[in-house]
Amino acid sequence: MSERVRVNPIACEAHGMCAELLPERITLDEWGYPIVDEEPLPASLIDHARRAAEACPTFALLIERERNGRRG
Amino acid sequence: MNARALAQEAPAPLDAQAPGLPRLLAEIPQESLMTLGEHLALHGDIPLYEHRRREESPLIGRIERAGLRGRGGAGFPTAAKLRAVAASRGRAIVVVNIAEGEPASLKDRTLAQALPHLVLDGGELAAEALGADELLVCVCETASASVESVATALEERASRRQRGPAAQLVTVPATYVAGQESALVNFLGGGPALPTFTPPRPFEAGVRKRPTLVSNAETLAHLALIARHGSGWFRELGTPSEPGSALVTLSGPVAYPGVYEIECGSSLRSLIDAAGGPTARVRGALVGGYGGTWIAGELVGGISLSDEHLAPHRATLGAGAVVLLSENACPVAETARVARWLAEESSRQCGPCLHGLDALARTVEEIALAEARGKAGQRLAQLAQLATLVRRRGACGHPDGASAFVLSAVDAFAPDFTDHARHGACEACSRPGELPLPEQVRVYRAGGRAEAAVRGSVRRR
Repeated sequence: MSERVRVNPIACEAHGMCAELLPERITLDEWGYPIVDEEPLPASLIDHARRAAEACPTFALLIERERNGRRG
Repeated sequence: MNARALAQEAPAPLDAQAPGLPRLLAEIPQESLMTLGEHLALHGDIPLYEHRRREESPLIGRIERAGLRGRGGAGFPTAAKLRAVAASRGRAIVVVNIAEGEPASLKDRTLAQALPHLVLDGGELAAEALGADELLVCVCETASASVESVATALEERASRRQRGPAAQLVTVPATYVAGQESALVNFLGGGPALPTFTPPRPFEAGVRKRPTLVSNAETLAHLALIARHGSGWFRELGTPSEPGSALVTLSGPVAYPGVYEIECGSSLRSLIDAAGGPTARVRGALVGGYGGTWIAGELVGGISLSDEHLAPHRATLGAGAVVLLSENACPVAETARVARWLAEESSRQCGPCLHGLDALARTVEEIALAEARGKAGQRLAQLAQLATLVRRRGACGHPDGASAFVLSAVDAFAPDFTDHARHGACEACSRPGELPLPEQVRVYRAGGRAEAAVRGSVRRR
């Protein structure tokens, strides 16, 4: 089962910690909000991604298991 | 009443008698609402679909065979949505969505205003199929005639009814995003009418955390007729992949703008003909409202109104809003007005939408006025970059829609954008805006009793 990072854009307040801790997947736009590459994380990045999620002051960075998303 | 009778009311030259149409708009009253008695005399009683607990209602299979897809914009198969709610734990709630925040669309409020019982039949049938005990009917608070009609209709039904869910009318704020599923669920749960982060999606945890079906008014009206006449009947019109009929709101330079019922797959040309023909040369058609796609002038004549035909143009019919732009208007100034309005309609919850749509609107404004610093090509590239940057970065689809709208305008009217970026405002820039925005929607209504003139119907050729 693959994992990927995702941002809750409502919770995000552009602190920017995530881009420092996971630059392989996250860059910041000109207003400081994260631009996230949602490709599945390789094993080598999973710990870094967890650390970035834990560091987010607003808990806006999420690590999601691949969902067989049904859309309504 | 058929197309011809409607034509007496508004003398549009309706050449097509359109056999089998109108369905939803059959005998639509021009002045008031169709009473429950009149409605049942025309369409027959609401059929009873009995099913055992734990078993699926046979209505759902019928809707699946009919191939009904949602008419609120997303086009999701209705049967799959019903099943997703049915499969979730807890007692379901059904929400009838008549919020219709899209300024270029008037079809849902028209249905609610003139034919509320058809919509409410659909809501009740869906509720029964899901074992839901609550039906929340959400109408835009500024659509006062629709609010009144729904209130009257609910009273009429309450006095006659033996069965069915407890129905309640809820008025919702008149904003662009209020009709978005999660915003509606948020509002109905006591919160603001603003989108929420998903998942959970409404079908798993909606109003008060209960599984919630949010369905568009027109979708439920179709469901009410399929429940009576069957899937085969529904498929007698339309194309195999997009069966049935659809409501379209046509605005712009035609003799009779308004709400039309078309056979899915009808040509845009036949719709324009039914609306009395163009009153000016048409520069382009915006299909799918303000999250939609521009079709440039020379292509308009060849367009068919089905997603299959629109796919090569990267367009979908969405909620059926079609806006024509006349040659008297400046496409760059029009894009600037709508982009600014879309920026103001941001619910300001997500940074990329709050900042990005404002920057997008400002960039279009600067191009329109040639306040651009640097070369025209650079400014246009910057605009495209901004539009791409905001995409898929909000909790709802609002930034995506605004992005698509601007990119499509730049694509369809490329010479105009380049010309403005180089030389600034043109003569047409100072003319009053043509594309309908909320203030204009009010003007549009002012002349008539109905909020939208209901015109006729169009058959596929």
